[in-house]
Amino acid sequence: MRYGRGPDVLSDISLSLPRGSFHFITGPSGAGKSSLLKLIYLAARPSAGTVRLFGEDVAGMTARDLPRARRRIGVVFQDLLLLDHLSAFDNAALPLRIAGHKPSEYRGDVAELLTWVGLGGRMHARPPTLAGGEKQRLAIARAVVNRPEILLADEPTGNVDHEMALRIYRLFVELNRLGTTVIIATHDQDLVARSARPVLHLDKGRLKPLPPQGPTT
Amino acid sequence: MSESFDPARWRPAAFLPEQDARDPALIFAIAVLCFLACLTALGVIAGDRAAHGWAGQLTGEATVIVRARGGETPDAAAARAAETLAGVKGVSEARALEKEKAYDLIRPWLGDVSDLEDLPVPRLVAVSLDRKQPATAAGLRQALKAQGLDAVVDDHQIWIKDIRQAAGVVRWTGAALFLLIALAAAAVVAFATRAGLAARRDVVEVLHLTGAEDGQIANLFELRFARIAAISGAFGATAAALAGGLLRLVGGGQGITPALPIAWLDLLAVLPCPLLAAIVAAVAARLTARRLIQDL
Ligand SMILES: Nc1ncnc2c1ncn2[C@@H]1O[C@H](COP(=O)(O)OP(=O)(O)O)[C@@H](O)[C@H]1O
Ligand SMILES: [Mg+2]
Repeated sequence: MRYGRGPDVLSDISLSLPRGSFHFITGPSGAGKSSLLKLIYLAARPSAGTVRLFGEDVAGMTARDLPRARRRIGVVFQDLLLLDHLSAFDNAALPLRIAGHKPSEYRGDVAELLTWVGLGGRMHARPPTLAGGEKQRLAIARAVVNRPEILLADEPTGNVDHEMALRIYRLFVELNRLGTTVIIATHDQDLVARSARPVLHLDKGRLKPLPPQGPTT
Repeated sequence: MSESFDPARWRPAAFLPEQDARDPALIFAIAVLCFLACLTALGVIAGDRAAHGWAGQLTGEATVIVRARGGETPDAAAARAAETLAGVKGVSEARALEKEKAYDLIRPWLGDVSDLEDLPVPRLVAVSLDRKQPATAAGLRQALKAQGLDAVVDDHQIWIKDIRQAAGVVRWTGAALFLLIALAAAAVVAFATRAGLAARRDVVEVLHLTGAEDGQIANLFELRFARIAAISGAFGATAAALAGGLLRLVGGGQGITPALPIAWLDLLAVLPCPLLAAIVAAVAARLTARRLIQDL
């Protein structure tokens, strides 16, 4: 894929991630990790080649299909994309509201989740008043609140301490255990090493599978 | 910042920042347009009433000019004409006017002639017509002719036609102005929607990526601008009603002048303004937002 008339930022990528798998994407800054995730969460379309999601060719999706597919995907964006004018609680509840659920159905769940990520005392706070790590945890809460079938996390542990990083990682593992396909783009070599999960290594837009478990092409 | 947060009492907040809805420039612009639209409506209503009044007065009467023929004196001819006319169906009253009245009418042309008696000045007969089934000019003419009277019947049709025409022009002009103002309001809202979308692109992007449909996002803008327009419309309508009331007071019982009579009840015509403004704004915002979102 490419941005506008720019050069290809991803090329020769061929991979297939089975349902329920757990992958890391690693690689130096600018390698195309975020771009690859954008293809999956339908924020970008490939300039060549095909992307299949939930068994469906993305190119064939209509304007009506896109929202339905996106509701099945949770994303922790690299730049978080929290809404500054909404409280932490409103931010976390966003996907549920958009999906049309009633507040009475999810109030308790949202509060519980926010407490779990350590924001129990900050539910009314707006993102600008949150610390970097708190924002990141809020973005994670928003990404998982709707129990997505696919969870994409772009540098989700960039701003949190090691202990919180492990905690977040365990949340992802728990979601994965319940059936969510998890893909995490990260720099955190320590986390990658510790997890023993398959790694997709990107370098200059090309895929270089690394151990421990080899390619899943 | 540490007051407790009770999720049970939580109410979903607006997706679009509330402060955007308090843009004073936008509220002012729409309020002014609504004010002008209401004034136009009041003007049309008052103009219509005036036209009706005049036309009604004129329809109710006719004037007959009688010239004496043969050896008959003008007075006798007039009296016979009045009698004849009174018998025609659809005439409620026919009255020969005193000769002074006829003289008064021609004096401007002849000057103060002392010996008017010598001139064969035609006499006038004022005819009041039945309101429900007025006699036609042709009917009157025929009755007079049957009696061998030399007379000209003027049923004021020419004036009535003019008044009707003028009233029609006022109505259509009013409608055109109204439409123009509505379109201007729609354009203002479309402009504001575009600005709102550009300013809140981040919000729209997040909603999109979280799975919001284009229609859901367009809805946010539609509701927002409908609400702003309704509030602005209420301001504009109130101002127009106050202005109308002032004109009514200044003009006394008959309105500003008998030419443009505003009744207190007419002021109620401003009531639908907020609703109409909201509908126009909703449609304009929806169409604009849908088109722009599609292009994102
Ligand atoms: N929105 C964009 N417009 C143009 N170029 C972009 C954009 N986003 C990323 N790029 C370029 O694409 C390449 C890959 O970027 P990215 O996918 O963000 O890498 P990573 O996430 O691995 O750091 C980089 O060269 C970057 O400059
Ligand atoms: Mg990146």
